[in-house]
Amino acid sequence: MATSSPSSSKFYSHPVVKWIEYRLPIFSFIDHSLGSSYPAPKNLSYWWNFGSLAGAMLTIMIVSGIFLAMNYTPHASLAFDSVERIMRDVNYGWLMRYVHMNGASFFFIAVYIHLFRGMYYGSYKYPREVLWWLGVIILLLMMATAFMGYVLPWGQMSFWGATVITNLFSAFPLIGDSIVTLLWGGFAVDNPTLNRFFSLHYLLPFVIVGVVIMHIWALHMHGSNNPLGIDTKGPQDKIPFHPYYTVKDLFGLGVFMIIYAGFVFFAPNFFGEPDNYIKANPLQTPPHIVPEWYFLPYYAILRSIPNKLLGVIAMFSSILILFVLPWLDTSRVRSGRFRPVFRIFLWIFLIDTVALGFVGAHPPEGWYLVLGRVATIWYFLHFIILLPLLGWFERPLPLPASISEPVLGGARTAGAAVRSMEKN
Amino acid sequence: MANTAQSATAGHGAEGSRRDFLYLAAGAFGAVGAAMSLWPFIDSMNPAADTLALSTIEVDISPITEGQRITVSWRGQPVFIDHRSAAQIQQARTVSLDELKDPQPDQARVQKPEWLIVVGICTHLGCVPLGQKPTDPKGDFGGWFCPCHGSQYDTSGRIRRGPAPANLRVPAYSFINDKTIRIG
Repeated sequence: MATSSPSSSKFYSHPVVKWIEYRLPIFSFIDHSLGSSYPAPKNLSYWWNFGSLAGAMLTIMIVSGIFLAMNYTPHASLAFDSVERIMRDVNYGWLMRYVHMNGASFFFIAVYIHLFRGMYYGSYKYPREVLWWLGVIILLLMMATAFMGYVLPWGQMSFWGATVITNLFSAFPLIGDSIVTLLWGGFAVDNPTLNRFFSLHYLLPFVIVGVVIMHIWALHMHGSNNPLGIDTKGPQDKIPFHPYYTVKDLFGLGVFMIIYAGFVFFAPNFFGEPDNYIKANPLQTPPHIVPEWYFLPYYAILRSIPNKLLGVIAMFSSILILFVLPWLDTSRVRSGRFRPVFRIFLWIFLIDTVALGFVGAHPPEGWYLVLGRVATIWYFLHFIILLPLLGWFERPLPLPASISEPVLGGARTAGAAVRSMEKN
Repeated sequence: MANTAQSATAGHGAEGSRRDFLYLAAGAFGAVGAAMSLWPFIDSMNPAADTLALSTIEVDISPITEGQRITVSWRGQPVFIDHRSAAQIQQARTVSLDELKDPQPDQARVQKPEWLIVVGICTHLGCVPLGQKPTDPKGDFGGWFCPCHGSQYDTSGRIRRGPAPANLRVPAYSFINDKTIRIG
């Protein structure tokens, strides 16, 4: 178990495996993707678990979603009741739905931590820019999928959330109203809207799977970044993905699943809105509309700007700006561990986004409005002003010569490290 | 990594090392857990509570005149209710059991001789046999004729000719009174 090659060669010696491998090299493909033949930096911390956790959540969402779809009816007059039937009549339907509902939240938790990990350790920098882009595309697809999924139960929040979000597009001059009519398939959110949202909600997760495959492909091109943010210098800096990181990922998965299961079984509606247990009523808006927690910061940005079009542009920009992050951050040092000033500002940025989320959950009045505006300005200030300037003015700490050096100490040479690897 | 060497030597003892035990125990625990988590998904495909709640129906049979057949829907399946004439009963009861593919006396298939109640689904591949309407073909035995593959049933709903292996199924039913039956 400790070494990779003997187990894999034993694996390939099985005649059936050999027969298939000769025709379709799927076993070596898996082995090179996340097996013993994929060398990963040996200093990856638990922050590196969240990519695989996000992958696990995507799988759980697809599986529970497929089974939910078997009992769901995408029709304006039947959808709400079909969801209640899932809750009351379908065997374990309550479990499927709570797994799916809370799964969306935990998917976003995993992805947001994954994203912040990437920001802290500079994982978006050369040569991983495309890897980062693909991640941002996954985030956008997830948002679209989550939004459309939230519409499907056809409760009050579903309906009015759909109305508000689709109306964002009416902000665009000239063509805005036509776009909204096109999105709706009518003159208000109604059955045609529900039908197309269901269709797309089923489709997009598989598109996400496709982009995830490209994300992993891009990752394997240059390998994982690591907490030191320096390139691996040779085999002494790496360990095989299997068993070291498969086990580490599985352990992390176990912990994550315990927390997730805690919500599914003991607080299934913690992330939900009670108003969504009221059937959609196109003639009455609930007194207080809030999106799901994972959209709150963007929602706060939208409401902070007193102009409809500019608000929408700012909201979309707040995510799209991530695409140019690799060039806004002018520092050549990747890891925040060696960037004392950047590190402080990144934590402030995190507090800023949490503050935006807090503002997004409250009506835009008085104190909240002021805080929302300050936080919105800071959000963009961080990307557009601070990050480019920090690269110039910050004095980074000295980088270690290699990943092995801080672990093994200066006395051990790289050659000694190689020999200690080879002994196993 | 040094542990590996240690456990390898420890493993030379009896059946295996502590690490082998933990590896197998954790693996087995995970495998059983994963298998158990599959069950809710599989079971969700079984009939739901509201589907099961529809499993009994009550039918008023008083308007059915002698010689008339009606079809009612039970659990999404057609149930044939046949108010048999004396001649049809006679025909069903005089057949020798040796001639039957699925031998069963008519007495075992009815509670009251004039009322034959069977599930109207051909035991071959699930089509609904013809014979409920007066104009329908009824086959050579006066019962039902399946248009899909030509199975023929007699006035007791027993298979007489064609590919079907068994008689038309008799559902669980009871007479609540002379005018009403409960199916299911």
